[in-house]
Amino acid sequence: MAEFLKLSEAIEANVRDGDAVAMEGFTHLIPFAAGHEIIRQKRKRLSLIRMTPDLIYDQLIGMGCAERMTFSWGGNPGVGSLHRFRDAYQNGWPNKIEIVEHSHAAMANAYDAAAAGLPFAVFRGYRGAELPRVNPSIKEVTCPYTGEKLATVPAVNLDVAIIHAQKADRKGNVLLEGIVGVQKEAVLAAKRSVVTVEEIVDELNTPSPNSVVLPGWTVKAIAVVPGGAHPSYTQGYYKRDNAFYKAWDEIARDRDSFLAWMEENVLKKGPEAFAAHAKKAA
Amino acid sequence: MSQNFTPNEMMTVAAARALTNQDVCFVGIGAPSAACNLARQTHAPDIVLIYESGTIETRPNVLPLSIGDGELCETALTTVPVPEMFRYWLQGGRITTGFLGGAQIDKFANLNTTVVGPYEKPSVRLPGGGGAPEIATSCGQIFITMAHSKRAFVEKIDFFTSLGHGEGGDSREKLGVTTKGPTKVITDLCVMEPDATTKELTVVSLHPGVTKEQVIAATGWPVKFAPNAGETPPPNETELKVLRELHARTKAAHGGNA
Repeated sequence: MAEFLKLSEAIEANVRDGDAVAMEGFTHLIPFAAGHEIIRQKRKRLSLIRMTPDLIYDQLIGMGCAERMTFSWGGNPGVGSLHRFRDAYQNGWPNKIEIVEHSHAAMANAYDAAAAGLPFAVFRGYRGAELPRVNPSIKEVTCPYTGEKLATVPAVNLDVAIIHAQKADRKGNVLLEGIVGVQKEAVLAAKRSVVTVEEIVDELNTPSPNSVVLPGWTVKAIAVVPGGAHPSYTQGYYKRDNAFYKAWDEIARDRDSFLAWMEENVLKKGPEAFAAHAKKAA
Repeated sequence: MSQNFTPNEMMTVAAARALTNQDVCFVGIGAPSAACNLARQTHAPDIVLIYESGTIETRPNVLPLSIGDGELCETALTTVPVPEMFRYWLQGGRITTGFLGGAQIDKFANLNTTVVGPYEKPSVRLPGGGGAPEIATSCGQIFITMAHSKRAFVEKIDFFTSLGHGEGGDSREKLGVTTKGPTKVITDLCVMEPDATTKELTVVSLHPGVTKEQVIAATGWPVKFAPNAGETPPPNETELKVLRELHARTKAAHGGNA
């Protein structure tokens, strides 16, 4: 059953050094506040998993929290490179990072398989592509019915999934709306899960019975962090801060300016700093 | 020769014109997104635009900076989870046209968006493939838009992120791929199409004011020209107006350069 905790307690209780962690959200609902809390708590040797590492993993990697990253597209969307990821991977700063690289289809299928309790995912993919040469976990099976050759990847193996959502009710049922990515799959795939939400409400008032709702008994911990997805966004609450995504390119390009930004905006701050971004969208 | 449009505008307009009102299009960020929305706002109002974030039949008023901007979801007919997008919609064969770009392309339209240099020790680590490996094989056909330069149009790509026409000829069929693959490469200098038999990219039209010598100088292999290669019709007034307004709205919305 979901437990309501302060963000610091939720991270303390559920994220351990060396864990396999997925902090998901496909552009939308990226759990930045939770990522910052992990940085403040100085977690080490994390194996980070995410389709699109985005700024959140750039920050975790640059602060030395990670030793491995499993991903399918590692850039700053619409802007360019993730400079901290590149510096770690190419130059070993602040530490070496190992990569496990997939396509989006493979990652999405691997989450889906894990949520379904299957050991691997099967899909029509990677044909004529070179990733199978450099990622030995990509294999092939022959369909027992048609003889077609299909790609396989292992299900994601997660200790903890961390997501951000619009709201939870007092029983801990969680509502996500808008671009919902692979968050449901990540939570169902993980041994433990932490959900940050914009607000707690008496009734979820789901817009339709088909809204994405995670029952409270599938969630380990919930923390209320208004604005907790900034500079990503929360549909119905606040918009993506595209100007910040562009500004990050300059901030992260240089080690010193990156460290100064992290010191000022993460290490010296707490989750309450995100509230400034939580103004309701008009 | 002075012109009232930029090479980039010509590229976007030429790409937009390649799209039809019947297309179901898997859209990437950047030039493809501009081209697809230009087509939708000019000659192809019913074109179905799908972004890999799960948004189906999206009609954005400004171009998204990322593949999952709120604008895409708010203006979509429906938004599906990402596993469903890749399984039911892309793998399910429901997309007629996919748009790709890359850091490097070879003469058979294979693309690299992964690394410059060796994979294990790259001189530049690029973002990676994202949806491209399966977009390249699951969509009915592929259009590619890229700025034309010797750094990008190379004899040998450093990594095969996504399949074009492989080693040419019937490479795709040999791999069990039944879709057409790249049918057009639209650059800021010209439009190229694969030769019917060899599948080698061949210049089929030069943009206004562009010479063969310019294309030769910007291509890293001995580039071939179709015997009947003509001039790409220049952007018309409507196309330029709609495209510029789209970029202006986008720039205002994103707080900076669009």
